[in-house]
Amino acid sequence: MARKMECIAMLLAGGQGSRLGILTKNIAKPAVPYGGKYRIIDFPLSNCVNSGISTVGVLTQYQPLELNDYIGNGQPWDLDRANGGVHILSPYQQIKGSEWYKGTANAIYQNITFIDRYNPEYVAVLSGDHIYKMDYSKMLDYHKEKDAACTIAMLEVPWEEASRFGLMLVDDENRITEFEEKPKNPRSNKASMGVYIFTWSKLRQYLIDDEATPDSSNDFGHDVIPAMHNAGERMFAYLFDGYWKDVGTIDSLWEANLDLLNPKVDLDLSDPTWKIYSKTPSAPPHYVAASATVQNSMIGEGSKVFGELDFSILFSNVVVEEGAVVRDSIIMPGTVVKSGAVVQYAIVAENAVIEENAVVGERPEQMENLEDWGVAVVGSGVTVHNGARVAPKAMVDEDVKGAQ
Amino acid sequence: MTGNNILGIIYSNMYDECLSEITALRTMGSVPFAGRYRLIDFALSNMVNSGIEKVGVITKSNYQSLMDHLGTGKPWDLSRKTEGMFILPPFSSAGNLGNYTNRVEMLRGIMGFISRSNEDYILFSDCNSVLNIDIDELMDFHTDNNADISIVYKHGVQPQLDNTMTLRLGDDGRVEQIAVSPNTLGEVDYSLNMILMKRSLLQRLVGEALSMNQESFERDILQRNTEKLRIFGFEAKGFARTIDSMVSYFRISMELLDPENCAQLFNADRPVYTKVRDDMPAIYGLGSTVKNSLIANGCIIDGEVENSILFRGVRVEKGAVVRNSILMQGSFVATGVSLNYTITDKSVAITPNKTLSGAENYPVFVGKGIVI
Repeated sequence: MARKMECIAMLLAGGQGSRLGILTKNIAKPAVPYGGKYRIIDFPLSNCVNSGISTVGVLTQYQPLELNDYIGNGQPWDLDRANGGVHILSPYQQIKGSEWYKGTANAIYQNITFIDRYNPEYVAVLSGDHIYKMDYSKMLDYHKEKDAACTIAMLEVPWEEASRFGLMLVDDENRITEFEEKPKNPRSNKASMGVYIFTWSKLRQYLIDDEATPDSSNDFGHDVIPAMHNAGERMFAYLFDGYWKDVGTIDSLWEANLDLLNPKVDLDLSDPTWKIYSKTPSAPPHYVAASATVQNSMIGEGSKVFGELDFSILFSNVVVEEGAVVRDSIIMPGTVVKSGAVVQYAIVAENAVIEENAVVGERPEQMENLEDWGVAVVGSGVTVHNGARVAPKAMVDEDVKGAQ
Repeated sequence: MTGNNILGIIYSNMYDECLSEITALRTMGSVPFAGRYRLIDFALSNMVNSGIEKVGVITKSNYQSLMDHLGTGKPWDLSRKTEGMFILPPFSSAGNLGNYTNRVEMLRGIMGFISRSNEDYILFSDCNSVLNIDIDELMDFHTDNNADISIVYKHGVQPQLDNTMTLRLGDDGRVEQIAVSPNTLGEVDYSLNMILMKRSLLQRLVGEALSMNQESFERDILQRNTEKLRIFGFEAKGFARTIDSMVSYFRISMELLDPENCAQLFNADRPVYTKVRDDMPAIYGLGSTVKNSLIANGCIIDGEVENSILFRGVRVEKGAVVRNSILMQGSFVATGVSLNYTITDKSVAITPNKTLSGAENYPVFVGKGIVI
């Protein structure tokens, strides 16, 4: 029996993230690179460690290989612990047969034994696909203070965007009175961030009941939370007012990256008291040549810039040759942009090659019809040949032939 | 025994005095270099990249910063259940005070460690030579030549250090003569003090030297045995430099601004490992100008930087100008400051509108934590 833990975290990392298209062809969404050196999952993992939660179960299902490899024994996040630490929890075979995680609630249900080993008072259920820095220990204090069965982190979003979120209506005490899932006419702008703290004894029972409900979709948002609410459990909203972004789409991933270059955005990754940890490649400092022009950008280690870079994020070991232009774009590790190539309003995945004079993406002001405009995406390992063009909004996961 | 049958031994304090300003609070091994490394990283990485799994690090004094850097050896994958990294602080006992003055004394202090090891070979390395070398090649060279001792050397102007060995090589690569710090101005073949031999041979040679009360590894163990033993010279290819003074530290650092040199030292097949600091990638502000510079993670640059090396977490404010300078970890350069040929140690702060200017052969050095 493991030593008792007050609170452990379960991180839902099994989602495919299908709206990220080719970026999640071979990797799970939480493993998608972000911010010049990180992967999305670094944020919830670092938040856990920084909040004093040192036991984390990572629930994987879709394309787990790279994610498992990345997390390893958890050492980069200081989660290689003698007691607790990070555990990868994949679906496994049981005496009554084997089944995939049918939904978010079922994923936790299948791991009740894991959680019980630590006999926790509370369990934090987190999703692995948001960018934010949050102190879960404060939320836990709030949860205890309110004597709640469930506390849901909420964020006040602009009213015009509210209909894209799961919303909560609360009373004066922030006790949740009603839920609204992506309503046409929102009555609240308090959106759920996908961060929950449950009193384990309560959640445990609701998971068992949910599993026994034949027509349940075994999902937290659809089934477990409403069941708790209908039963009159004490459910509270915890107000969070920092930066939070769901990077579920190409546009939001692109925006969330470039948010790092906006001094007005409240996401400081240089804060030594709340570091975001990641597995770091062994590469020397990056090199900016005499021929280079770099403006308003972020560059990772091992990269070499000889060309022009403006409002862009370069990950590690990227090469931008002399005469190449990269603007308003995200270039993931190991990619080469050759001389004369132009990459604009694009996301280029790992180890791609943009050959001489190729053009990827387009500036919105050059478009006749803005409907056709969008961020262009080049998949990992793809070569865009000499002089070829990748149209705005296009997603290419096979080599693009040259102009000749 | 696991690994490739070689025991690695690193002298972390050798030649501290030639960088007395930078080593005032640390050892040669923990001298910051190339934007994010410490000198010992090169010696350690060379060893582990060839499969060496047991490394002893000899320390003498001021080794707190080295201990802090090395930790358990995890970044070099030397935190192991069997073997791994061993810190070997001075060992004082009757007849041995532990404040070493030469290599033979240091070796005497670690003879127990050496005799308890199982590897057949032993490889020595100092920290003030910076190179990326394939030790498997050195080992093949050693066995192909049926050598007793192989010394890695470089052709060039000999470093101005005590006990620098220069080698006269025969056509077959055999060392015919060793001179110790000779008076020469021209180019010679000088030892980088990376030396490979059988562990049993080392034990015998050190035992003999101790019994004769001999003190110099270079003169009494190598030079004296040039004829008796088959000593061979193995030329270091690519970028290999020996730091012998502040001026050469500065010059060698700046040589890395040539992408060719940088690519040779930071070979993707044999990465150089170091302690991770978890900084964000560097950020370039609107209106910043950076030319011909190496910039580490965690830097925030709003000013002008040219021909310089910025270590992790350096800040250059808008309106500041940094040229031909090396700014170590966490240095802060305020607006209106102008730096030229300046080296700042860790956590230095230069407040607004100051000007510091050295020369290529005499860079200004600002000590750790100083606020100007």
